Amino acid sequence: MSTTLLAKLEHIGLNFGQRVILHDVSLEVYPQSILTLIGPNGAGKSTVLKILLGLQKPDSGSVWRMPALRVGYVPQKFHLDRLLPLTVERFMGLNLRRHDAVAVRQSAEEVGVLDLLPQAVQSLSGGELQRVLLARALLNHPQVLVLDEPGQGVDVTGLSELYQLINRLKQAHGYGVVMVSHDLHLVMEATDQVLCLNQHICCSGQPEAVSRHPEYLRLFGDVRAAGLAVYTHHHDHQHDMHGCIVPLADEEHQHG
Amino acid sequence: MDDFILRALLAGLAVVLMSGLLGVFLLWRRMAYFGDTLSHSALLGVALGLMTGTSMNLWVMGVCVTVALLMLYVQHNPALGSDTLLSIIGHSALALGTVALTFLPNVRVDLMAYLFGDILAVTRFDIALTWGMAVIVAVIMVWIWRPLLSLSVHAELAQVEGVKVWRISAIYMLLVALMVAVAMKVVGVLLLTALLIIPAATARRFAKTPEQMAVFAIVVGGLALLAGMGLSLQLDTPTGPSIVVAASVLFLLVQFVPQRSP
Repeated sequence: MSTTLLAKLEHIGLNFGQRVILHDVSLEVYPQSILTLIGPNGAGKSTVLKILLGLQKPDSGSVWRMPALRVGYVPQKFHLDRLLPLTVERFMGLNLRRHDAVAVRQSAEEVGVLDLLPQAVQSLSGGELQRVLLARALLNHPQVLVLDEPGQGVDVTGLSELYQLINRLKQAHGYGVVMVSHDLHLVMEATDQVLCLNQHICCSGQPEAVSRHPEYLRLFGDVRAAGLAVYTHHHDHQHDMHGCIVPLADEEHQHG
Repeated sequence: MDDFILRALLAGLAVVLMSGLLGVFLLWRRMAYFGDTLSHSALLGVALGLMTGTSMNLWVMGVCVTVALLMLYVQHNPALGSDTLLSIIGHSALALGTVALTFLPNVRVDLMAYLFGDILAVTRFDIALTWGMAVIVAVIMVWIWRPLLSLSVHAELAQVEGVKVWRISAIYMLLVALMVAVAMKVVGVLLLTALLIIPAATARRFAKTPEQMAVFAIVVGGLALLAGMGLSLQLDTPTGPSIVVAASVLFLLVQFVPQRSP
């Protein structure tokens, strides 16, 4: 892991009226490193991304981005009105100050969507759209890639490929990734750091350590055990001490 | 050709040029209500102009720009419940303007002319005003086309990619406000939005790119203008509704043409 810090959130807090959206959330983004946010619905995962991107202002805490940082973004919701005639090629090119057909083709080829370029954006399937959005995000050579549920609408086989692609291109482009994902088992394979969020940071660290953390187990259950064919004994996750088997020395545990 | 017909045609063409360029974005950004609120508010400007005895054009522009700024503020504060509030602003202004006009003691006002447009009322000054505005709109729209298209596709994506979303959005909304102010005489306040929406929707049938759609919208608007004015002169029908009827007929006709992709 390189030591160049690309972006950082420190002690972020956000409320909507009486409701606490985020409390004391901190994270750091490094090149060639994948940071994944996991957590239940309404945990504030997308909001953390928006604060990092500068789309949303926090009530407290500080946001720091490297000066002139290039960011690629794949939003969670993308819907294009049918009345806007736009090909994938034009759509991708909008990321640049001036349309550059060569750069667009290059990026499309890298992500494997070259065939889709002449098609209408509205005609894409969920999986195709996610790849096109990724190809567009890569177009201006981002230093940080922010992905909000890149796996939505992607079928099971495509999902593994997509995460492998993000991982593989990480070497070539050298970008750091911050993403929100629900695909726990895949995330655990291809992530350098996991941050488990539920308004506050429940636990964070390397995937292996987090997946054994009691807070994680309380939220998600035991994914590894559920994956096994034989599952005979009963867990009470509130008091389960899986964490005892592997020491969690390298992780921060913060409570709000 | 009679002089007044030529004048009306010239002013109408300028309006059609503007409504084509601006209307496509109204469609893409689902902002038809914005056009309605603006044009309905224009009547308040008319009333203010007549009451104070000063330049009506300036009052209408002033009211439209104020409403546009108000709407911009509302749009960026979603907590206010934008659609409802905008509807209230637009219709209140329309009602207030209408009521105020009937109380003017010494002025005989042809309300129909303001609500539905009046080709006979177009003066040389109006032609200069509409074409001046059309040139401004065209130049600025070409200038902001790319960032405006980008934010119409996805505002947050555009903002992350460096588009000054708020500024571009504000410029666009001000252009629509000014267009409404000068187009009022040709189409009237009640049906102005139709002139922004129907030609653009008709053009979608043939367009393969956003730019083509804008150009086709201008062409469709021009055809509707010619047909509508012909109708209006022949049968002595009000201009605005006649032009909108012609545009609607064109829209219906092209529905039988198979759509080109994308």
